[in-house]
Amino acid sequence: MQHYSGFGLIKHSLSHHENWQRAWRNPTPKKKYDVIVIGGGGHGLATAYYLAKEFGVTNVAVIEKGYLGGGNTARNTTIVRSNYLWDEAAHLYEHAMKLWEGLSQDLNYNVMFSQRGVLNLGHTLQDMRDIQRRVNANRLNGIDGEVLDAKQVQELVPHMDCSANTRYPVLGASWQPRAGVARHDAVAWGYARGADAHGVDLIQQTAVTDLIIEDGACVGVKTDRYGEIRADRVGSVVAGNSSVIAAMGGFELPLESHPLQALVSEPIKPILDTVVMSNHVHGYVSQSDKGDLVIGAGIDGYNGYGQRGSFPTIEHTLQAIVELFPIFSRVRMNRQWGGVVDTCPDACPILSETPVKNLFFNCGWGTGGFKATPGSGHVFAASLAKGEMHPLAKPFSMFRFHNGALVDEHGAAGVAH
Amino acid sequence: MLHIYCPHCCEYREEEEFHVKGQAHLARPLDPEACSDKEWGEYLYFRKNPRGLHHELWVHAAGCRKFFNVTRDTVSYEIKEVYLIGEKPSVVAASVSAK
Repeated sequence: MQHYSGFGLIKHSLSHHENWQRAWRNPTPKKKYDVIVIGGGGHGLATAYYLAKEFGVTNVAVIEKGYLGGGNTARNTTIVRSNYLWDEAAHLYEHAMKLWEGLSQDLNYNVMFSQRGVLNLGHTLQDMRDIQRRVNANRLNGIDGEVLDAKQVQELVPHMDCSANTRYPVLGASWQPRAGVARHDAVAWGYARGADAHGVDLIQQTAVTDLIIEDGACVGVKTDRYGEIRADRVGSVVAGNSSVIAAMGGFELPLESHPLQALVSEPIKPILDTVVMSNHVHGYVSQSDKGDLVIGAGIDGYNGYGQRGSFPTIEHTLQAIVELFPIFSRVRMNRQWGGVVDTCPDACPILSETPVKNLFFNCGWGTGGFKATPGSGHVFAASLAKGEMHPLAKPFSMFRFHNGALVDEHGAAGVAH
Repeated sequence: MLHIYCPHCCEYREEEEFHVKGQAHLARPLDPEACSDKEWGEYLYFRKNPRGLHHELWVHAAGCRKFFNVTRDTVSYEIKEVYLIGEKPSVVAASVSAK
């Protein structure tokens, strides 16, 4: 793999940047792998990368229906935080946060991780009680967090309307300084390049059409372009389409796939240097390095695989944003899109063994998977390498919906749903 | 924006008047106490979530507040059929799986 550096940039400028090595190969798959990862998004590529780099399993294929990082990795609002209420979730997301902090160096790829902090606003007394409870829980878990009052919030975000005259006045917020944003595409590309350098085959434009199941164990996949490809273990990391792969294995998951929309404005001068999220008026906003406001909110209520949603949903989102930031009221929106998110009843992911032997699922990240990309990939890789779930993944078994041990993060973690 | 026909009001109304309540035809086990954890968990949480035809329960929340069923394509979002609770759908997927 070609090492990226400032010196390299200067060197290649002498040849008009025409001789850069390709970031990854485009190989024809072998007949048999140790591990097949279905889905070449951020989580799948991270899984492959850590399998090869940390766990010594290099005979790995990632099979992707479209192109790398073209699904939810390309469609999210890039927020990274780890201020989750319950221990199980906090440990998992904080594991990811620690990996984020060294990720650009680790990948030799600038993922533009910017720890500009995240505010989760409170607009009611109950919001503020929940925020205090959550910040206390975070600090007991070694995760940074502070409770701010309205005045402190106003100091951090001078352009936000924190007056008492709004319909839902800002009473305060939780503040996680280490949280922030990252360049979403770079995360997929960095992991892809790293995985490829360690020998992982990235197979694009190839859809998995069925699973090969023999004696109750998954022994490979059928694809539309290369026929059967066998493997000792198969990991499905396909987000919105997880129920479709599960149906190939003959079981159901506790998931529903919904459209989640987001939008960006025209680029404007720097005005917002942190991330503002509000559960109560329901919207979140940050500003990208390019200058566009990146805006998102909740899912469309109906199930949908169409990667688009209904107009009323984004209309409500913008109502919330304009309520918080009247100064944005005349900013024009540039682009709007939707992704397919697989939501779990308890708003926590599924990292799990399944009723089919040697078939593992990493799904159910719902509306908040991007922040977990490195941690999700790391613990899922550990699980695939051993054939047994990593300790951090154990509480997230799909069978928790049988025994009732849910990790109920709904609303409680400042999760904007 | 979906335009949904309410079979109780007998007119098309905009999506915002309605709420979707999830998969239709979920039968509550007749004797919950006799269910295993697996059976009860599957009743509560496990869903078909098909890519394609889906039968779902809607409520006309800002209208007559009555419930009804909708058969909808989850990829094109096209509504194929609206029918009353207790009725069987006439439009069904060729395969019952989520393919």
